[in-house]
Amino acid sequence: MKIELPQVGESVTEGVIGRWLKNVGDKVEKYDPLVEVITDKVNMELPSPVEGVLREIIANEGDTVPMGGLIADIETKESENSPINSDTHSNLQEENIGTTGVLIKDAAPVGPTGSGGPISQDKPQPDPSIKDRPKSRYSPAVLRLAEENNIDLEQVVGTGINGRITRKDVTAFIESKPNTLESQTIVKETAASTPRQDQEKITLSPIRRMIAANMVKSATLIPQAWSEVAVDVTGMVLRRESIKESFMAKEGINITYLPFVVKAVAESLKKNPLLNSSWSEEGIILKKNINIGIAVAAPDGLVVPVIHNADLFSIAGLAGVMENLITKAKNGKLDLSEVQSGTFTLNNTGALGSVSSRPLVNHPQSAIMTTEAIVKRPIIAADAIAIRSMMNICLSFDHRVMDGAEASAFSMSVKNLLENINSETQIY
Amino acid sequence: MPVITVLEAIRDAMREEMRKDERVFVMGEDIGARGGVFLATDGFLSEFGEERVIDTPLAESSIAGIALGSAMSGLRPIAEIEFADFIWPTINQIVGEASKVRYGTEGKLQAPMVLRAPQGGGVRGALYHSQSVEALFAHTPGLKVVTPSTPYDAKGLLKASIRDDDPVIFLEHKRTYRLVKGEVPEEEYTIPIGKADIKKSGDDLSIITYGLMVHHCLEAAQLAASKNISVEVLDLRTVRPLDVESIIGTVEKTGKVLIVYEDNQALGIGSEVSALISEHAFEYLDAPVVRLGGPEVPAMPFSPPLENMFMIDTEKISTAINKLAEY
Amino acid sequence: MANSTKAQSNREIQNDQLLDMYKEMVLCRTLDERIWMLNRQGKAAIVASSQGHEAGQIGSVAALRKGYDQCYIYYRDLAVLLTLGLTPAEIIKGFVAKEGEPLSGARQFPTHGAHPEYGVINLSNVIATHIPQAVGAALTAKMKKEDRVIVAYFGDGASSAGDCHEAMNFAAIHKLPIIFFCENNGYAISVPLSKQMAVDSVASRAEGYGMPGIEIDGCDIVTVYETTVEAVSRARAGLGPTLIEANVERYLPHTSDDDDSIYRPAEEIEEAKKRDPLQLLSKQLFELNILDEKEDQAIRENAKTIVNMATEEAENAPYPETTDFHKHVYSE
Repeated sequence: MKIELPQVGESVTEGVIGRWLKNVGDKVEKYDPLVEVITDKVNMELPSPVEGVLREIIANEGDTVPMGGLIADIETKESENSPINSDTHSNLQEENIGTTGVLIKDAAPVGPTGSGGPISQDKPQPDPSIKDRPKSRYSPAVLRLAEENNIDLEQVVGTGINGRITRKDVTAFIESKPNTLESQTIVKETAASTPRQDQEKITLSPIRRMIAANMVKSATLIPQAWSEVAVDVTGMVLRRESIKESFMAKEGINITYLPFVVKAVAESLKKNPLLNSSWSEEGIILKKNINIGIAVAAPDGLVVPVIHNADLFSIAGLAGVMENLITKAKNGKLDLSEVQSGTFTLNNTGALGSVSSRPLVNHPQSAIMTTEAIVKRPIIAADAIAIRSMMNICLSFDHRVMDGAEASAFSMSVKNLLENINSETQIY
Repeated sequence: MPVITVLEAIRDAMREEMRKDERVFVMGEDIGARGGVFLATDGFLSEFGEERVIDTPLAESSIAGIALGSAMSGLRPIAEIEFADFIWPTINQIVGEASKVRYGTEGKLQAPMVLRAPQGGGVRGALYHSQSVEALFAHTPGLKVVTPSTPYDAKGLLKASIRDDDPVIFLEHKRTYRLVKGEVPEEEYTIPIGKADIKKSGDDLSIITYGLMVHHCLEAAQLAASKNISVEVLDLRTVRPLDVESIIGTVEKTGKVLIVYEDNQALGIGSEVSALISEHAFEYLDAPVVRLGGPEVPAMPFSPPLENMFMIDTEKISTAINKLAEY
Repeated sequence: MANSTKAQSNREIQNDQLLDMYKEMVLCRTLDERIWMLNRQGKAAIVASSQGHEAGQIGSVAALRKGYDQCYIYYRDLAVLLTLGLTPAEIIKGFVAKEGEPLSGARQFPTHGAHPEYGVINLSNVIATHIPQAVGAALTAKMKKEDRVIVAYFGDGASSAGDCHEAMNFAAIHKLPIIFFCENNGYAISVPLSKQMAVDSVASRAEGYGMPGIEIDGCDIVTVYETTVEAVSRARAGLGPTLIEANVERYLPHTSDDDDSIYRPAEEIEEAKKRDPLQLLSKQLFELNILDEKEDQAIRENAKTIVNMATEEAENAPYPETTDFHKHVYSE
């Protein structure tokens, strides 16, 4: 068994071998003193850790040995492997130490109550540089809120020092914007003027403000173009007539033309994905889901509940979903999820009697379609005059995203689908 | 509900606990015949007798050491240090020993003692009757450090401290002794050590504070309300352990935080609170964390204008609130 | 020295008691030597030896009601621990920092922590802080109306600390059941008595506090025993504290980190060894025919065997688990 110089609780890193108290060939008992060792702190006799015969003296009198270094070999009864790592002796290469130094592995630290050892010099602390905080930097709170709520901070007005956008500015922005429509609120309070006798002021409700902001945004940000096609919906009208009563009896709800239209629109969006997208500077974002918002006149103003994944429903299914959403909308009971994530908007302006409209695209969508009133008109069909139910559909679209060709392709798709509705058209 | 002072609340707490539990006793200078220099133990000698109300020699280190020995032997001493300015000799017995009793014996021994002392300034106490001492004790795991601001809190927390199985340093702001009155129910109650309390709710800005400063912060918050700044005031009540949940909660709510404390600012309680906030509530910060603490002089001077320079008052807090609200 | 009393030894102690004490001293000495060895082998990080103190420690504990009375000890009281009931293996485990160390779970320096069952407390290695704590324990005993006695062991160095004076003062005022037992070995690390105090003995201070003080030969175990018996009975009777100064010897340096050849002449140590408490007692036992050479040899061999087994047990024990590192900071 190899005997090494043990770490005797001092700050010393090495010892000098003194007089050997046993000779090679001597029998050694456990704890017998083997050799004198001289260190900075203590002069001691090293006791043998094992019983055996001293086979070899490795460190001689006068040698300087680092702690952990080998000094002797004792032959023991069991030929167990001694747990000495022979490479505990660390060679401190001067050129590698640097100002950081190295951690000496095979020497003991200061003993628990012994003093001594080099006093380390504290490195002088650098002065913490106090940099000017540029006020255009967003605080962590502002960044977090913006990210969570999908807000473009460029749109937010800052009221902090030097125009800094504060947390409150962002929360105010969030509260004023509607659920799916991201819009800018620059609410500048005009100085209250003295009330005039010849006019009356209606105070703006939050919804009115919101709608106004959305409209402004739509009008100012999106270059919109418009087209209109006339659709022969005679087949749709007849089909609906034929199932109206049985549907009511079976489902308890009224089936209108809207489910038919929504189905056609959903199908057409699938084939014309540009209409189901959003403009961004980095690229046109095509939305994977077809979430069609239906504009509803609610008591406080226009709301747009959304049919998520409209393409997955049948006409009957759409009727059910829309009945639910529209009722809730009219009663002001929609919750947030029901008005979010719309990708396309449909407005039944025809219900109000309109035969032609130019709707504003619902930012940040790329297109909006209206269904105008169904009117019986004489048209030429197969070179003869026929009385047909005609409905105009009007499409406004973001001209940055698409040109007339794509827009028309969509409209024609809707037209074709609607004109092909007949008595065989599946409801369920 | 009865309205009493902080001092009366402290006296009631000790009296009630001594009546309840015969292991509880009080020791300190002048606490017996004189009833304590602030009358905190007034009447105790005649009610509980000399054995449980011990007038000690003038020897702070052994007041703490003897209390510690008796606590380890099964009693529940409440040791008083007459003024926190004289608490320094007890550091050896309290920080050095009491905090490590449980840990150093692997739980075989415990030190259920309370060391209470009046601290703080604004009473013309000068360098040696005005010091705040919580920071050095609060740095030590194994100790608990309580700093109440109201009579309700003082009573509930002192009872809890007496019943606690660990050493508690209970620091009472001497200026609140007679100047702060509040409602205190007659029914039995305690307040858990380590729970902060929202003394005033608000949305725009949070103040985190403790001790006498709580009251100045509330005054400043009221002034701020008239400027439409809605300030929330969180009273830490305990500075070791800190109520991290409440600290983070108020920051998440308002995004702006001002930490107010009378003790010297550097390396005080506010430093730790600030570090916790930046570690755990970084994404909620809308402004840098601001500390308003005592100045870089060793202790509070005597002459009024000099004392006022040291003490934080409502005006100084208001200025800080306005600056932070503006950011 | 005019005001302190030197005890006269009486032969009140029984012979078999004496023999037991001798065996205990031999075991302690053997254990002590072994621990020193373990340090020189790099296995025990720090050792403070009790060699030369054995009679003072074992003799005084023998006068107590073990497990009922309490001992607030200091770092050199190895014999107190052994005679109060800790096993050699448990003691060695403390020095090699292994699991199964009963006083602190190897969280503290060896011999530090507490064993409430045996009535021994050694909270820290800050000097003299335990003395007021011991007074606190005595105060508790008085308040609870128990006849428990507390002993505070300390060295000549500790007698200078403020805490020691404050504690003695308080104990005397309130006539507390405590014995202040000073093991005076003439050195506080390297500072000799002449630099530690202006008076000739620690015991002489007792009068200044208003309690009796007595200076005795701490290497004469019989004197130690009988003096302590008297102090114990005073305390139990409510007569208050006693200061006992037991003059003992320190044969080894302050601790394993100290080199006393720097400040202590070798001849002085040689001279001191002539008062070796083990030899003093064995001589007495031989004279009383309670012991002969053969039996003495047997006792020493037995001690060696016990210590060898204890060493092996301690060396084979594992280190403590780290899973409990954060436990016991506060009550759970």
